[in-house]
Amino acid sequence: MSAATLLRVQHACKRFGGLVAVDDVSLAVKTGSITGLIGPNGAGKTTLFNLITGLIPPDSGTFHLHEKRYDPTSVHNVARAGICRTFQNIRLFSDMTALENVMVGRHMRTQSLHTGVMGAILRTRGFRAAERHIRERAQALLDYVGLSNLATHRSKSLSYGDQRRLEIARALATDPKLLALDEPAAGMNATEKNTLRDLLLRIRADGTTILIIEHDVKLIMGLCDAVTVLDHGQVIAQGLPQDIQRHPAVLEAYLGHGHTHV
Amino acid sequence: MTALASQPRHKALWAVLLIGCVLLVLPFAAGLLGNAWVRILAFALLYVMLALGLNIVVGYAGLLDLGYVAFYAVGAYVYALLSSPHLLEQFPLLAATFPQGFHLPIWILIPLCAACAALFGVLLGFPVLRLRGDYLAIVTLGFGEIIRIFMNNLNAPINLTNGPQGITGIAPLEVMGHPLSQPLDMGIFKLSTLELHYFLFLALTLLVLLISLRLQDSRIGRAWMAIREDETAAKAMGIPTRNVKLIAFAMGASFGGVAGAMFSAFQGFVSPESFGLMESIVLVAMVVLGGMGNVWGVVLGAVLLYAIPEALRHLARPIQLQLLGEEWIAPEALRMLLFGLSMVLIMLLRPRGILSPRTPSP
Repeated sequence: MSAATLLRVQHACKRFGGLVAVDDVSLAVKTGSITGLIGPNGAGKTTLFNLITGLIPPDSGTFHLHEKRYDPTSVHNVARAGICRTFQNIRLFSDMTALENVMVGRHMRTQSLHTGVMGAILRTRGFRAAERHIRERAQALLDYVGLSNLATHRSKSLSYGDQRRLEIARALATDPKLLALDEPAAGMNATEKNTLRDLLLRIRADGTTILIIEHDVKLIMGLCDAVTVLDHGQVIAQGLPQDIQRHPAVLEAYLGHGHTHV
Repeated sequence: MTALASQPRHKALWAVLLIGCVLLVLPFAAGLLGNAWVRILAFALLYVMLALGLNIVVGYAGLLDLGYVAFYAVGAYVYALLSSPHLLEQFPLLAATFPQGFHLPIWILIPLCAACAALFGVLLGFPVLRLRGDYLAIVTLGFGEIIRIFMNNLNAPINLTNGPQGITGIAPLEVMGHPLSQPLDMGIFKLSTLELHYFLFLALTLLVLLISLRLQDSRIGRAWMAIREDETAAKAMGIPTRNVKLIAFAMGASFGGVAGAMFSAFQGFVSPESFGLMESIVLVAMVVLGGMGNVWGVVLGAVLLYAIPEALRHLARPIQLQLLGEEWIAPEALRMLLFGLSMVLIMLLRPRGILSPRTPSP
């Protein structure tokens, strides 16, 4: 494999009882790319995502980030390694403000003696400086995703599209190497989708690699550099978006037998 | 001056000054009505401390703890054992080492009680880290009872806690060389024992309040709230939830330990009876009634739920005799009745507590 591979998953397996949700899946994400993960409902996309991000432990498989093996058994260790994710059903800290949500994202990158309990109680100079940095960085990220005017609003009061973007800002606050997005465009209207598309392209341009699950084929085709298609827990096709569109196995998975010549 | 007072900053300053004056004058005003009222004030402060400690666990981190009174008990017993002749009587070896008793100064004793309670907080925290909601509540409830039962039964084979008889002869607190059991002559006026305790408790309560406020608005406080809101998402943000929860348990427990030490010193006597399940439930009620996670709400909840029933206990009899000629309802029954009524009303009218859980910081 080339050095430009950021994430490499080899032979990942996960079964739930008799159901093999992810069956010997191998996947590579190139540094600086936007890689799409698509497939019909129940294909195992989200399960694979959960394996990669440590939300559920895999039965087998090896996982490398930056050619360094990581152990996807605890979510916060995976986050620490540099993969941060968003969730299919938005999981914001709903009673906290938009700004505070992003500030939480800075947690693991701001660990020091001063930001611990004693620093907080004594309000040391180091603590105040760190707090100021956290706040500034969070505000900058809100600007980045276009939510700066909603900083003091509780996150649950935000519109659906804004909540999705806030989740992305919060994930970016952890300085991830790989941003993993689980259906970020779900429930968005056409305008919001366009804004999202521009945002994702900007994130990529600023040096963060993106792995994305999405149902909106148009969005995926316009956005991704590479696409992996899953069906019944297995990879059925991998390649450039334009090739994937004509791949017979993909057409069959989506449309069923006999439509391969459509 | 009116222009100044209308600015929010000045308004807050005036409010703080006003409340400060009230708190300073309060024990003397209450003293006019009788010593029992000063006692009530002092105890109200202890409950504020306890409620603020529980607020860290329940309000900030969202971990429902129904056994919080255990940490109160640990603080009280650690203080009692170190300030009474009990241990020296039981263990001749200790008596030989410390012929004069331990005589630890207050600035070692209080942190020590806090640290012991914090240690028990971590001990409780470890096994319950994976539990949430109802399951957590059940296990913590059990923990609270275990501690009480231990206190009740650790008089044999080694007499550590003197069992149900409790520990007596606890030495009074000594602040700057002055034992609080003696009135302090300040020249123009004299401060009684009760008033001295009141002011010590007030100082500690303010300290606990300050720590609570500072923790709330910090990196660790945000991590607690993130765990309360969505533990999985908090983990995904790289927050080591295990450690952060343990810190919450330890911090909350340490406040309880301080309050326990003060209780022990104030009473001069501790027994397991003071640390029953009902205490834990009342403490949770204080936090919930005031507004979980809102420091001021919790203070209000603690004062209301402690002071009003206590006041009723003293007033119910005379009022009933005056109005009805005879006593219809015993004060104790009335207390629980009103307690229940207030909880029902709060749940109906303001289900999130008297003060809303938390005002967003700008």
